[in-house]
Amino acid sequence: MIKIVKRDQPSRAIFFFTPVLAIFLTLVAGGLIFFILGFKPFEALKFFFIVPIADKYGFSELLLKATPLCLIAIGLSFCFKSNNWNIGAEGQLTFGAIVSGGVALLFYEQEGFYILPTVILAGAIGGMLYASIPAILKTYFNTNEILVSLMLVYVSKLILDYLVVGPWSNPEGFNFPETRQFSDSAKLPLLFEGLRIHAGIFLALAAVVISWFVFYKTYLGFQMKVSGFSLKTAKYAGYKGKKMIILVFLISGACAGLAGVGEITGPIGQLHREISPDYGFTAIIVAFLGRLHPVGIIFASLVVAITYLGAETAQIFMQIPKYTGQVFQGMILFFLLASDYLLFFKIKFMGLKK
Amino acid sequence: MHKFLIRSFVSSLVLLFTLTVAAVAKDVKAAFVYIGPTGDHGWTYQHDVGRKAVEAAGFKTTYVEGVPESADAERVLRQLANSGHDVIFTTSFGYMNPTNKVAKEFPNVKFEHATGYKREHPNVSTYAARFYEGRTILGTIAGTMTKSNIIGYVASFPIPEVIRGINSFTLAAQKVNPNIKTKIVWAFTWYDPGKEAEAAKALIDQGADVIAQHTDSTAIVQMAEKAGVYAFGQASDMDKFAPKAVLTSVENNWGPYYVDRVKAVANGTWSQKDTWHGIGDGMVVISDLDSQMPADLRSKVKKLQADLASGKVHSFTGPIYDQKGNLMVAEGKTADDGMLAGMMTYVKGVEGDIPK
Repeated sequence: MIKIVKRDQPSRAIFFFTPVLAIFLTLVAGGLIFFILGFKPFEALKFFFIVPIADKYGFSELLLKATPLCLIAIGLSFCFKSNNWNIGAEGQLTFGAIVSGGVALLFYEQEGFYILPTVILAGAIGGMLYASIPAILKTYFNTNEILVSLMLVYVSKLILDYLVVGPWSNPEGFNFPETRQFSDSAKLPLLFEGLRIHAGIFLALAAVVISWFVFYKTYLGFQMKVSGFSLKTAKYAGYKGKKMIILVFLISGACAGLAGVGEITGPIGQLHREISPDYGFTAIIVAFLGRLHPVGIIFASLVVAITYLGAETAQIFMQIPKYTGQVFQGMILFFLLASDYLLFFKIKFMGLKK
Repeated sequence: MHKFLIRSFVSSLVLLFTLTVAAVAKDVKAAFVYIGPTGDHGWTYQHDVGRKAVEAAGFKTTYVEGVPESADAERVLRQLANSGHDVIFTTSFGYMNPTNKVAKEFPNVKFEHATGYKREHPNVSTYAARFYEGRTILGTIAGTMTKSNIIGYVASFPIPEVIRGINSFTLAAQKVNPNIKTKIVWAFTWYDPGKEAEAAKALIDQGADVIAQHTDSTAIVQMAEKAGVYAFGQASDMDKFAPKAVLTSVENNWGPYYVDRVKAVANGTWSQKDTWHGIGDGMVVISDLDSQMPADLRSKVKKLQADLASGKVHSFTGPIYDQKGNLMVAEGKTADDGMLAGMMTYVKGVEGDIPK
């Protein structure tokens, strides 16, 4: 007999175990899907998860891909921990990229040590500005931040479209929707010759360390935690809720903006219409897979990054449709949410009694 | 005994044939990078038809679909160049910078970039099709078939390629019907069935009874079918998606070019080129003409097609005036490729302004 019993308290061990379980189940289900599609499941999984990172170049690409995901997810964890549902990181990334790209274009064909820091700062400020919109509307007008932040994603993409098609388009570029290439001084330095991994990874690592410190060592972190558990308690404790809401949105926006900066001043080197393959949305999966814990988010960003790379390798070597990468991302989230059931319920196996 | 002889003779013939094919193929491997899914029935679908022609010619091919024009494109290209591909076709404009960047690192791999203009290294070629020739045909049909004298045109991005198409279409329509007006809706997308359908609906609501498109999905012809107006297929023959609405389609036929270039790589005769082929070279193909069109129009179109192919007729023959009435091309002259490549002004008869 199997019986499902409600737990008295959510299990802490299970809390950190379910992401691992979710990844395992995703692999099993993925293998099954490959089998049904007529591919050898183990070979397919090998091309998906091992081959892409088997050499130095592949591993550097994994880090390159994981950097924006990690950075955004860290920022989002500030919001999610404190019950603020910022779904618009993609928009904050885009707007950050717009502002920093604009500054980079101002310095076109100029050299100087001050250019890059200015460009980076501009991106962070751009992301913060954009995130402040849903935050202010939420605190002062009681709007729903999920809707506002999400809708602003589309607005930011249209602003970017307008700029790269019109006023910022490359004058020598036959009106194609792209800007000029940034000068070298406005680009993040590469860490190794021949690899694309750039100094942006240090921004992500710094965000990890700072967020860990804030979450577990500061009063703000404690406030966020209490607000996350119960808004009423937070109010009763006398926390200034509005200030905190705006602060977590600003942090989150800055992180997303910096991720945008990393893309355009790193591997892309200019502004055009497609600067992010929806990093802002995928980072939501990363944040939850990492259990909103800074270290967990590092691992989660690596796992999710590999689904992007693996999908390419699997198509090149085995002709598996590339869109399976998105199926894998969806499955990870699905299994994670499903296995969270185990947090609150336990399954009891009981002996057969007559 | 003689049965055995015949059998071994036949099998050795087969073997010989296989070996010859293999020897011709010389193990040249071609790769294709696509912006969309191979099932889009538009741009990517047609490139994949071209890829299949390369396979049929005895070469091995690989493709990667849905490659965003973000930082990911460069990695896919490098991975393809690294895994034994000899020639890589990058089939979207946004791959231009990554293509040139990766080409520099792999001087022994040939790169072919569609619709771009940068050839920074000797191993990069560019290719595109003179789709505007096809649009001359569509304009002729639209100008004849319209009753409201309003023709709708769903455009993607205000780049010379698209402006050129609008102009060539409008000039041809005016030639058969001086009263027509071309109304443009900019969808700012190459592929978004929802947006495209909305754009088509807006044009139909404004009285357009023929809809042309420079976006890739089948949503527009399907919307036209529902509204009972005429439309033209884009990139592939879209007749089966809207049998009543679609009068004909302009098909992108990349196969012959692809086979040609891959063979050149195999023979060691590949060299840098900037290709711009039209109806004459078979890169632009006009699908079957719908029987709803009057017989004299059909024969007129057939003749126009032949004249465009032979060069007797040019899509941009003067006198051509812009919207303000300034002369763009003088009487008896034709626009040269330089002018066509940078065309950023509407001709007279197009309504509205180019978004800036």
